[in-house]
Amino acid sequence: MLENLQLLFVWAPIINIQIILEGIFVGAVFALSAYGLALVWGVMNIKNLAQGDFVIAGGYMALALHYYDVPLLIIMLIVILVMFIYGWLIYVTMIRRIIDQDMFVSLLATFGLSLLMQQVMNLIFGPEVQTVDMEMPVYDFFDNMVTVPSSKILSLILAGLLAVAVVLFMKKSRTGQAIRATSQDPRAAKVLGIDTDRVYAFTFALNSALCGAAGVLVSIIWVIQPFYGITYSVRTFAIVTAAGLGNLPAVIGAGFGIGLFEKYTGIIFGTAYEVAAPVLILLIVLVWRQMLLKKNRQVVQ
Amino acid sequence: MSEQLISVNDVSKSYGGVHANVDITMSVAKGSITGIIGPNGCGKTTLFNSIVGYHPIDKGSIKFENAEISKLRVGDIARLGMLRTFQQTRIYGKMNCVDNMQISVSHRSSSKTSIFASRKGEIKDRAESLLEFVGLYSKRNLISGDLSFGQQKLLEFAMALMNEPKVLLLDEPTAGINPTLINGLIDRLRRANEELGITLCVIEHNMRVIMNLASKIYCLSNGKMLASGTPSDLQNDQRVIDAYLGGS
Amino acid sequence: MIARNDAYIYGALGILGILGPIFFPNYTLSIAYLWMMVLMASTWDTLGGQTGYNSLGNITFFGVGMYISAIVQVSFFYEGGVGEYTSAMGSIKPVFTESQYFIGLGLGILAAGVVSVLMALVFSSFMFGLRGPYFAIGSLGLAIATAEITITINYVGGASGISMPLFPGDIEFRSTFFYILCFVFAVAAHFLLRWLYSTQFGLAINAIRDDEDKAEAMGIPTLKYKRIGWTIAAFFMGCIGAVAGNMAGFIDKEVAYPIPTFGIFMVAMVLLGGKGTLWGPVLGAILFHVIKETTWTYLLNLQWVALGLILIVNIVYFQQGIMGWLQSKYPESFGIAIDASREGANVKSGETI
Repeated sequence: MLENLQLLFVWAPIINIQIILEGIFVGAVFALSAYGLALVWGVMNIKNLAQGDFVIAGGYMALALHYYDVPLLIIMLIVILVMFIYGWLIYVTMIRRIIDQDMFVSLLATFGLSLLMQQVMNLIFGPEVQTVDMEMPVYDFFDNMVTVPSSKILSLILAGLLAVAVVLFMKKSRTGQAIRATSQDPRAAKVLGIDTDRVYAFTFALNSALCGAAGVLVSIIWVIQPFYGITYSVRTFAIVTAAGLGNLPAVIGAGFGIGLFEKYTGIIFGTAYEVAAPVLILLIVLVWRQMLLKKNRQVVQ
Repeated sequence: MSEQLISVNDVSKSYGGVHANVDITMSVAKGSITGIIGPNGCGKTTLFNSIVGYHPIDKGSIKFENAEISKLRVGDIARLGMLRTFQQTRIYGKMNCVDNMQISVSHRSSSKTSIFASRKGEIKDRAESLLEFVGLYSKRNLISGDLSFGQQKLLEFAMALMNEPKVLLLDEPTAGINPTLINGLIDRLRRANEELGITLCVIEHNMRVIMNLASKIYCLSNGKMLASGTPSDLQNDQRVIDAYLGGS
Repeated sequence: MIARNDAYIYGALGILGILGPIFFPNYTLSIAYLWMMVLMASTWDTLGGQTGYNSLGNITFFGVGMYISAIVQVSFFYEGGVGEYTSAMGSIKPVFTESQYFIGLGLGILAAGVVSVLMALVFSSFMFGLRGPYFAIGSLGLAIATAEITITINYVGGASGISMPLFPGDIEFRSTFFYILCFVFAVAAHFLLRWLYSTQFGLAINAIRDDEDKAEAMGIPTLKYKRIGWTIAAFFMGCIGAVAGNMAGFIDKEVAYPIPTFGIFMVAMVLLGGKGTLWGPVLGAILFHVIKETTWTYLLNLQWVALGLILIVNIVYFQQGIMGWLQSKYPESFGIAIDASREGANVKSGETI
């Protein structure tokens, strides 16, 4: 561990640039799925523990499509469409029935969904760690000390475009306005003629599509495996808990923060803490929130 | 002058830009019934919440039995012997009335054994006699969430008495209660004060009730202390009359 | 006093518990797991159903108990120490005498319970400031973090696990012995909880479930009650973890921290049977276990998929639970009084006092 620290700060500080870049690349993906969670949490008060499995499902879809040499942009569009429909179906069969139940029911039901999706993906794709190789050029800087694959830059750009598209959609479109109205006061929205059931379905489907898109990006910049979903779920929860609902800049900032934190802990403590790191940061965020609220004589709820 | 149980000194509290309480100073004498009146939104409930610890105050001091409590949290303050009831009645909705009463025993000196004490015996007798006192004895085995609003309000009052507090802060005890029953409630409040020795501090909208009940009344308006004194003082105070008629 | 209905149930369960392994010796271990699940569900319900704090992390204590007991059992009689034992990757097979083995096991179970209690005390100091979904997710995080940290510790075998000491006896005696342990722990937990729910403690945790802010405002020391509830669950989870580790014979991350199986089963069983009731968890555990055991072999590769589906259907469509459904259908037989005067009458607030 000490050697790793020396490497970082004494022998080759230039590596920091590499780590920071890596952190930003994965952080953008985390932020995308976290924004989806903030959306369903804020609008319909559903805490989706299958969030990470939606991401991994998107990744596997990209993997399968890439096998047939489908170009990346088309893959993206197909995955977004398929995951949107999938999200809608999940809403109709499951979420609609638990939406006005106790919060724990939604948590537990989506945890069940998470287990189910893991098993199905495991049956279809096997338990191996896989990745999509886009065979795109890699750029070197500082005598090979910093390498930046162009696929990662591309993924960052795509994540940015998606985020802009979603924000514009929420601001400008009729549906986006209906979603925001429903999140503020579902009863009033209903009275004013907004079909809240449809809004919920759309929101959940949109979240699913966002996760799928994030999954495509994960599959080209990182690795996917059927059981990796839970770490993404934990990350998105940590981000949303730290950033709050409906605060997009904070979500993006927290996403980058978690990306950096994980990359640094990975370098300093070794890969054994790869899963533990996001979980620990979630616990740290929760304890930190408690301490803030304790001053105000309140609790986290 | 009698001993002050609660003394509030120069307390201010604002939410965002709204000054809910500005430089409030008041006190509640031991054994008395003190009233707080004022038009809607004048900061009565905010003051209550500051006293019992629901939010931090911006400045000032709140003392209970000469000890500073403005930094303590709700549970700690309650265990010192200061209880409050809620404007929107709060009871344990899925439990029956007797259970609601039994769990409301005082926790000021809860020892290891009292945590695991049986539910029969002395506690149950006291719970039932207090239910009788508020007139809910016949409903004692019903699930409390099924009671009507007025009955729940009485149950909450009985639960507070079960706790044997030193001082009880009541937030609009007569709101939502059938007018024909208000006299009975006033009588019970007075008996709780006289027979059980509980100091009362009451927020009330109903002028007739508070003028009959309290020995000293504070009137708030727009977050500031407008006037204080005996009921007859306030009845003749032009500022109070203006505040209520929307003059200011 | 035990009501007549309860007496019948105790009789039936007692017969199952005592005669089951005698008449169906092939199923002894399966019934042992049944009692284990009854225990997990019942102790989960103390915090989850009765107090309203839904933990997804009770399995933490199961795993910690398992590892603690392994350390105690190995170090107590093997001179080389735990580090040497685990680094040999199971090639060292020390032969314990009967008395060494059973004393080691007894101490191991005790240590497992004690360490789990200590951990629960530490966890509760920062976990109970969280409510609702935050508590559930936070406790799930605790379980995952503990599991991940365990496998980085080489002293307990890291990712490759530990083989438990060999049982000094034949296979039949072995399964009967562990069966008795599981049964005794389940019965002990049940009667402890039964007594607890009949005391002021039971009322206090129900009050916290119904309205925690009100309970605080009434001066109930809520943290203390929540802490006691979780500690009791932790003690039993630690002890049964120690027993389960010895039943399995070999422990690693998957055996010790089965978050996707036992970790979620115990919650699903309680929901199936009915939250916040004494019998719900027992009933749910029995039903769940029977369904799982009878369908398991026919499902081939789809077992886990089917299990996920059962969970979802259970939670989405049947979250009231069997006991909850019975209670709302036949309230009188549960001792819940109904105000006949209010039936069907449109009573305005405060009108009937």
